[in-house]
Amino acid sequence: MASTIFEKTSSGRKGYTLPVNDVNIKLENCIPSEFSRKEDIRLPEVSELDVMRHFLELAHMNHCIEKGFYPLGSCTMKYNPKINETLARNDGFNNLHPYQEEDTTQGALEIMYELQKDLAEISGFAGVTLQPVAGAHGEFTGLKVIKAYHDFNGNSHKNKIILPDSAHGTNPASVVLAGFDVVEIKSNDKGLVDIQDLKSHVDDNTAGFMLTNPNTLGLFETQVEEIAEIVHSVDGLIYMDGANFNAILGIVKPGEIGFDIMHYNLHKTFATPHGGGGPGSGPIGVRKDLVKFLPTPMVNKQDNKYFMDYGNAETSLGKVHSFFGNFAVNLRAYIYIKMLGTKGLRRVSENAVINANYIQKKLEKYYNIPFKDQYCMHEFVASGVWQKEKYGINTLDIAKRILDKGYHAPTIYFPLIVPEAMMIEPTETESKETLDDFINAMIEIAKECEENPDLLKNAPLNTPVRRVDDTLAVRQLNVKFEW
Amino acid sequence: MPFISNTDKERKEMLAAVGVEKFEDLLVNIPNKFLLKKDCCLEDAYSELEITRKISKLAAKNISSTQANSFLGGGIYDHFIPAAVDHVLLKPEFHSAYTPYQAEVSQGTLQYIYEYQTMICDLTGMEISNAGMYDGASAAAEAILMAARKTKKFKAIIAGTINPMYLEVIKTYTVGVGIELVVIPAKNGLVDLDGLKKAVDEETSCVLLQTPNFFGNIENAFAIEEITHAAKKALFIVAVDPISLAVMNAPSEYKADIVVGEGQALGNAQNFGGPLFGFLATNLSLRRSMPGRIVGATLDVEGKRSYALTLQAREQHIRRAKATSNICSNQALCNLAATVYMTLMGKEGLKDAATHSTTKAHYLAEKITELDGFDMAFAAPFFKEFTISTPIPAKEIIIKLQPKNIFPGIDLKQFGHENMLLIAVTEKKRKSDLDELIKSLKEVTNG
Repeated sequence: MASTIFEKTSSGRKGYTLPVNDVNIKLENCIPSEFSRKEDIRLPEVSELDVMRHFLELAHMNHCIEKGFYPLGSCTMKYNPKINETLARNDGFNNLHPYQEEDTTQGALEIMYELQKDLAEISGFAGVTLQPVAGAHGEFTGLKVIKAYHDFNGNSHKNKIILPDSAHGTNPASVVLAGFDVVEIKSNDKGLVDIQDLKSHVDDNTAGFMLTNPNTLGLFETQVEEIAEIVHSVDGLIYMDGANFNAILGIVKPGEIGFDIMHYNLHKTFATPHGGGGPGSGPIGVRKDLVKFLPTPMVNKQDNKYFMDYGNAETSLGKVHSFFGNFAVNLRAYIYIKMLGTKGLRRVSENAVINANYIQKKLEKYYNIPFKDQYCMHEFVASGVWQKEKYGINTLDIAKRILDKGYHAPTIYFPLIVPEAMMIEPTETESKETLDDFINAMIEIAKECEENPDLLKNAPLNTPVRRVDDTLAVRQLNVKFEW
Repeated sequence: MPFISNTDKERKEMLAAVGVEKFEDLLVNIPNKFLLKKDCCLEDAYSELEITRKISKLAAKNISSTQANSFLGGGIYDHFIPAAVDHVLLKPEFHSAYTPYQAEVSQGTLQYIYEYQTMICDLTGMEISNAGMYDGASAAAEAILMAARKTKKFKAIIAGTINPMYLEVIKTYTVGVGIELVVIPAKNGLVDLDGLKKAVDEETSCVLLQTPNFFGNIENAFAIEEITHAAKKALFIVAVDPISLAVMNAPSEYKADIVVGEGQALGNAQNFGGPLFGFLATNLSLRRSMPGRIVGATLDVEGKRSYALTLQAREQHIRRAKATSNICSNQALCNLAATVYMTLMGKEGLKDAATHSTTKAHYLAEKITELDGFDMAFAAPFFKEFTISTPIPAKEIIIKLQPKNIFPGIDLKQFGHENMLLIAVTEKKRKSDLDELIKSLKEVTNG
């Protein structure tokens, strides 16, 4: 295990240079003594080489897409093209300040304008805001659109958001954050929204309905039209969680099949890097009459000049970010969309869907796949129930053994409606050989459950650390290094 | 097709293995009328060479602060970033990994977050930091929600001198969830202490202060802490500039309960205002009310030191509707940039950056106030940013200096302050840059 950077410090060592300060003013003449720091700050004192060695040592302990397959369901861990990184580092974007005059930021504004347009076109919506910086942030913003819409129409009593039990955890959390109450409904035996249950929960207080489509089981919600009719009949709005948009690019436009609002995860569908947890980007698109509620400003164009448009300030839900969202992330998504074009984007989804179905088919004899009678979209959910019943091996053990084989584990224990769930999403960037290797590894693991269950219970064996005790991490809370 | 591995031949083999003839056969579950009948109308695909040309051309339409002499701040600052920072960020192991859900293959991410948390705690003097929020504004908003959760009181008092962008975002986060916002107006560029005293009562959940505040002025956090804590349960939330903490009071010195702020200045480029990252630190007694991820040190089964996400019972993927926040993706790579930055700069470097910034800002302020018609807008002490009153509308100055590629500061008229310019200075400025601004201000105001 790597020692911390604090243990590598040596008093007086430096990792930076700065010019000599060429103004002759003393610090004490700037900051009154009562506001001066009493105790010296403590930060590492190391050389640049120390720094590079330290962080490389840490890097080596991480899995990443370039190292190996990363079938983390619902997260769309596709390859992130390198050209995005090179171009996003252009000084003309990197060192641009949000308070600059618009004459000096026309290139950046053009990119934002074009991206708003392209996302709207791809999804069938009338307007897009780039301000939300993550999927959950997009959900929050979309729910605030719903709130603004009902308030605008004098329907402030509408306080309930309905969502299925297969929803991502962020959905109910966002609902509460936005000031609504959560109503959870059941999925039917096909893994889809239970229409009867939906009907029985819809009433005049229904503000909206949130649905992931394809849903978290990797299944397309076939009854969208009926759902839309039911929810719209009480003037509720339908929100689409776009986490799984990678399945339907160029195949279905959510804005044309009944959805009123959706968010895009640019760090999933549009290949911007996940960055170890972020920064992502979670723009939202809305139907025409909802555009006026979007956060200010939007980028607009007049007489060939791009500008920040605050025209909807009176009806807008307000701001959700200090400035214009994660511009540098949005720039990467813009490049990606331009490089794929219409045909390329459809091809992305086609191959994502083919890859997922291929793995599902090849594993169906070895793992319980609750919905294997249907073709899946870009991901599917397998279950470890057979292994659990027969050999006492649970899904966590299987996941840890997958790490030993050089892969990241699937998303596990989610969705909650499938016991011992393993959600597998290969993405389109993976080749058949990679999938075959992964399939063989999964089959091998299924055999190991039978022949050598201890191997799984002790897994992982080949990772930088062995199984980590996360209950100890809570019990003996240690969240900063004492030095 | 770019970035897609499988050839048509492989596609066919795979479709055959699945038992279908063509791709469309896999879409039987999608009602036919939903399927797009014609292509959407994006531009034709660009090759790598073509997109490079296009992007370079677009970038050339912008004027960056490298090409200009920029004094813009207002929350986003042009501090020096050592080259090594980006070399670490570009490591795919950091770059293309996701949230460290599988701890055994994510120790790199987990350890740097732990180191980040340690540095934020050391800078702020607090006991626990999370792994970061979207930006300073959302961190401030979440701190207000956190205070309401903890105190079960719903009146949040905000110093009217905070960054107006923070206030906008706070409004969005607090409307409709039963929190009353009371904004105390500014008096001479500082929050009005009498007004504050009158507003704080037993219903108060928190007081939010920013120091240095939006105008650049240093607030008397000690006095405001006393006013805040005079109410039994109220929490003192302070938003700070992390660079300032190298030379200014650690928030623990004035007994802050929650410390938040914009972290961009720590090793992250301006990027037209995003990505940014917010930090949030507090004391252990408030840990269960905190939003966001937290990393803790632990052991693996062999007793080896390792790291894991901890206190997850607060989070959306476990608690769903009862979570302390909906945050999932954060700004991890920006936190990594900050960690590498603070490591490279170290104790002396951060103090140098702070000292250069404040001394150069004071030199500039002194010289500008010697010009006819210019004056300090407020008498309060300041750190690296200050507000001057101008003899002509600030906008006019900005427009007149633009052809020279000088960005003299932010026109505060957009926030209701006529003839005021907010000027930020970092260690990147040379005396000659400062003198150029002084000379130009003189020229444009002398007719």
